[in-house]
Amino acid sequence: MSNNVLHIENMTMQFGGVVAVNGLSLDVPEGKIIALIGPNGAGKTTAFNCITGLYEPTNGLIEFMDKPMIRNHPTGKMKRNYKGKNPADYLGKALSPTPDKITERGIARTFQNIRLWKSMTVFENVLVAKHMRAKQNFLSATFRTNAKEEKRMREETMALLVEQGLDKYKDDLATSLPYGLQRRLEIARALASEPKLLLLDEPAAGMNPQETQELADFIKEIREKYNLTIFLIEHHMDLVMKISDYIYVIDFGSKIAEGKPEEIQTNQRVIDAYLGVVEDE
Amino acid sequence: MKKNKKAFNKGSLITLLIIAAVLVLTVVLENTINANSLLFTVIRKSAVYSLVAVSMNLLNGFTGLFSLGQAGFMLLGAYTYAILTIPSDTRESIYYLFQGSSFNFSFVDLFSSVFGQQGAGKTVSLISGVLLAIICAGIVAAVFAYLIGLPVLRLKSDYLAIATLGFAEILRAIFQWDKLGKVTNGANALRGYPTFADFNITNANGQIVFRLASFVPLLIAGICIFIIVLLINSSYGRAFKAVRDDEISAEAMGISLAKHKSLSFCISSFFAGVGGALFAMFASTVQAKTFTSAMTYEILLIVVIGGIGSVSGSCIASFLYIACSEWWLRFLDNTQYIGGKQVPLLRNGFRMVVFSVIIMIVVLFFRKGIMGDKELPDLFNRLLNRKKKVTVKEGTENE
Repeated sequence: MSNNVLHIENMTMQFGGVVAVNGLSLDVPEGKIIALIGPNGAGKTTAFNCITGLYEPTNGLIEFMDKPMIRNHPTGKMKRNYKGKNPADYLGKALSPTPDKITERGIARTFQNIRLWKSMTVFENVLVAKHMRAKQNFLSATFRTNAKEEKRMREETMALLVEQGLDKYKDDLATSLPYGLQRRLEIARALASEPKLLLLDEPAAGMNPQETQELADFIKEIREKYNLTIFLIEHHMDLVMKISDYIYVIDFGSKIAEGKPEEIQTNQRVIDAYLGVVEDE
Repeated sequence: MKKNKKAFNKGSLITLLIIAAVLVLTVVLENTINANSLLFTVIRKSAVYSLVAVSMNLLNGFTGLFSLGQAGFMLLGAYTYAILTIPSDTRESIYYLFQGSSFNFSFVDLFSSVFGQQGAGKTVSLISGVLLAIICAGIVAAVFAYLIGLPVLRLKSDYLAIATLGFAEILRAIFQWDKLGKVTNGANALRGYPTFADFNITNANGQIVFRLASFVPLLIAGICIFIIVLLINSSYGRAFKAVRDDEISAEAMGISLAKHKSLSFCISSFFAGVGGALFAMFASTVQAKTFTSAMTYEILLIVVIGGIGSVSGSCIASFLYIACSEWWLRFLDNTQYIGGKQVPLLRNGFRMVVFSVIIMIVVLFFRKGIMGDKELPDLFNRLLNRKKKVTVKEGTENE
C-alpha cells in the first residue's frame, strides 16, 4: 500500500488537435500540501478539471486512495488523431464518473473564478454542500421526517461558519461578500462536503500580500484540523514556496520539473519556462 | 438572529391567515350569492391554473429547466382521471363510436361497492375514488416525465423547451388517434365523470343544501402547492436552486445533475398531471384538442407575470390573469351605449386587445414579475420591519 491519496499516470487531455495536458504523472501523498505551478495556459486548471470529472481525460489513469477512479484511452476518431504520449496503455474498461460521484468519494474543489450560488445566502451555500451526505430522500425531506438530519446539517454548517469567521455574514447573499471572504466561503463550502483531498485552484488570486499571508496560515490550519491532503494551483510564488511540501511544474501540458521548493527555485528549466529563454545566435 | 426568526414566523402567519380567509370567504360567498356568478368560474379555473403554474415554476424558476411540456402532462392527467372515474354504466354511451371502452371499471364504482351506494357510503366512495384517480393522474404524468426526461434532460435551455413542446404536441396527436379509441375515445370528448359540482352537499331530493364546488378545487390545489412549498424549502429544494444558479459548482459539490433534474421534472409533471385532473373536473369534458401549446403559453405567461421563482407570485398572477381574461374585461366585448351614443371600439374581440396591452404594461413595469423572486411572507416581514424602524426612529427623535 502506498500512502498516496491521489496517483495520476500519463494523464492526457486533448481538445480536437490541441493537447492541453500531455502525459502528466504525479503523486499526492497523504497529509501533504502539493502544488502544481506553471505559466499561464500551461494546463493546470485543465488537469484539475480532469481530476474532478468535469472533463474526461483522453488517456491515462487516475487512482484515488489506491483505487482506480478515472481511466481512459483514445478510441474512435481520437485513436487516429491522438498526439499525446503513451496511447493505449490503459485498455481496461473506461471509467469516467460524473463530478458528483468523485466528490462523494472525497475530493472537493474550489474554482479559479469563484463559483458560489448567487441567489443563496452564505449559510445556504455551505448547507447545500451537506446535501450529498445526508441520509434522506425527497419524500422524507418534503414531509420533514428527516428533521433530525436537517438539524444536524444546520448545526454542522453553523459550526463551520463560526470556525471560518463567516457567521456574522450568514444571512447575507454570498455574492455580496468582499472578494477575500468569497474565496474563504468557497473553501468552507468545499470543507462541508467532508473531503479527504482538497483541490484549490488559485486560492490567492486577487489577494494582497497581507491576505496571502493569512491564507497560507489558514491552509495549514485546515490541513491539521480536518486531516486533509491539499493539492493546489497557485501563481503567488512566495505562497507556494512557503507552504508546499512538494511542487510539480508543468508547461505546455507536460511536466518539466518536480521537487522540493528549494530545488524548484534553482531549476533552470523552470526559470526558462517562466522568463523565456534567450536564444544564442 | 432570534428576532429575525420571529419576524419570519409573523410573515408566514399573516400569509396563512390570508389563505384561510380566502378559503372561508369562498365557502361563505358560494352559499350566499348567486352560484352562477362568473366569480366562481374564475376561482375554480385560477385554482387549477395556479397549481399548474406553481408546478411549472418549480421546474423553470427553481431548477432552471426551461420546459414547455406542461399542457402535455396536463393532458395525461386529465385523460387518466377521466378514464379511471367514468361510471361503468355510462361508458357504453360515451364510447358509442368505439363500441364501449376497454376499461370497464371506475374507482368510484369500486369504492361504492365497498362502502355502499347511499348516504355516507356514497360520499366516502366519491371522495376516495376521486382522490385515488387524481393521484393516479399525477403518477402517470410523472412516469411519462421520467421516461421522456431520460433523453431530453441532457438538453439545455431553448433546446429543452423545444423538445418538451414537441413531446406535448405528439401526445395530443396520439390521444386523438382512432386506433386508441377504446381507451381515449379518439377525438371525441370524455364526460360523465365526477366534477366539482358533485361535491355540493345535496339532500335526499337532490337539492343542493351546501355548496362546496369552488372550495374543493381551492383546497386540493392549496394542499398540492403547500407540498411543493415544503419541497422547495427542504434540502432538495436548496439543491435544485444550486443547480439553477450554477450547474458546474453544484455538480462539484456532489449534487447529481441527472438525478436532481429528473426528480424535479417528475415532481413538476406529477403536479401538472394533478392539475390536469382538476382541469378535467373544472371543464367537465376532456378533449385532447384543448391541451394545445397555447395553454402552455398561458401558464408560462402566468409564471412570468407572477415572477419566476415565486410561488405566491404564480398564485396571485393566475387569479389576476384568469379574472382579467374571463371576467373583468368581458364588458369590452359588448357594444355599449352611453347616452344613446355607441362607445367606440367596444366590439367582439376588443377584450383581447386590451388584455394584451395590460400584459405588456405589466411586463414593462414589473421586469421581474409582480413578486420578483420574493414570497408573500418576505413581503409582510419587510413591511413589519419598516414599521418597526419608523417607530424606533420616532422614539430616538423624541429623546
